[in-house]
Amino acid sequence: MKVTIDEDRCVGAGQCVLAAGDVFDQRDEDGIVVLLDPTPSGARLVEVEEAAASCPALAITVER
Amino acid sequence: MSEMQHVTERQPVTRTCPFDPPAEYRTLRDEAPIAEVTLPDGATGWLVSRYADVRAVLADPRFSARRRPLRTAAADAPVPPPPTGWFIMMDAPEHTRFRRLLTGQFTVRRMRQLAPAVERIVAEHLDAMAAAGGPVDLVHAFALPIPSLVICELLGVPYADREEFQRNSATLLRIDAAPEEVQEAQTAMNAYFRRLAADKRAEPGDDILSELVQSGELTEEELAGVGVLLLVAGHETTANMIALATMCLLRNPGQLAALRADPSLMDGAVEELLRYLSVIQYGVRRTAREDVELDGHRIPAGSLVVAALPSGNRDTTQFPGDPEQLDVSRTSRSHLAFGHGIHQCLGQQLARVEMKAALSALFARFPDLRLAVPVEEVPMRDDMIVYGVHELPVTW
Repeated sequence: MKVTIDEDRCVGAGQCVLAAGDVFDQRDEDGIVVLLDPTPSGARLVEVEEAAASCPALAITVER
Repeated sequence: MSEMQHVTERQPVTRTCPFDPPAEYRTLRDEAPIAEVTLPDGATGWLVSRYADVRAVLADPRFSARRRPLRTAAADAPVPPPPTGWFIMMDAPEHTRFRRLLTGQFTVRRMRQLAPAVERIVAEHLDAMAAAGGPVDLVHAFALPIPSLVICELLGVPYADREEFQRNSATLLRIDAAPEEVQEAQTAMNAYFRRLAADKRAEPGDDILSELVQSGELTEEELAGVGVLLLVAGHETTANMIALATMCLLRNPGQLAALRADPSLMDGAVEELLRYLSVIQYGVRRTAREDVELDGHRIPAGSLVVAALPSGNRDTTQFPGDPEQLDVSRTSRSHLAFGHGIHQCLGQQLARVEMKAALSALFARFPDLRLAVPVEEVPMRDDMIVYGVHELPVTW
């Protein structure tokens, strides 16, 4: 699985961190998404897809 | 255009159960999910009631956040300009400038670090309730002070000033407030924040207002507007969720028992209560900037569009099983209670921390908590932008 993020779209809501905290984090200074793991293992698929689906700014893309 | 569009001609406002949105929303979702209706303030608008359409509207930049606010006493008045600094009514890129100044203050990590402090405040208020003895009004003894204290601390607002700002903030949230009342409350709060900002400039503290002042990014008037917005949004919404969720759990004893038996359900229960109760009861308004085609409907430029969050949160296509039932074991973080799109609630991680701390400790401390009046006598907030209870008499 390959995950990409769009920092410009990100609004810092933190939904991705709640859904998949091992894959996404937020920068302390402005809350913008940080991708911890661009190629998470298949075991994380459900939580990563939830992160992408719950992102209010549609800033996360997941390629399976 | 089908005749189904005329299933209802008004945005539904009358509830038959205090925890459910008006029942007509079910028919709307089935038969007229995008319907041109008369809104509670007499304006005409497009009411969007399905989950997918609500999300689509709120994520679509063709719908502007600048809109006619819901004010039943100002139906014919021209749309007032948004208060300076109120970025919930701005579009990108103007909105981005404000939001980016603040998102770092409300990250998941920062809010989780606040949890012990929130838990302390919760415990102090439960001690005071226990010492006073029941019955008490849970809103004034518990649900309102907790988020008020926390947001005051974060912003750097003296909690001692709460009487004035709680009164003004209540005025801003009354849908029947007269335009001059709204103006007066707004002016008073802005003046208060301008004074406070001047204090912070002279003597900075470890708080959001001081940081904003020092950043030099905002004019005085913008700073005051942001302060008012964060203060109002930061205490009213969570206060109402805490009180209404308490009442709802007391009226769903099976769900409360499940939660007490397994506290690990609490995170999910908070999400479920947010979904189920959806306190932004009249939905979120937008204005079409251009003609937009939405599911076969042509929404002309300039139209007011209402994204009905409470209705979307009861949509069976998104929430399998029976979304009309409270189910604390449901996993429903993709609910719409915090909105969707670039304006999704900035303080949502704080709200989660506060709700979890408040509800966990309240039910643990008072195992026999119960309503002190018949449920029909609880005054519901049908008259407010944010739903909930005006008072919640409880005893134990």
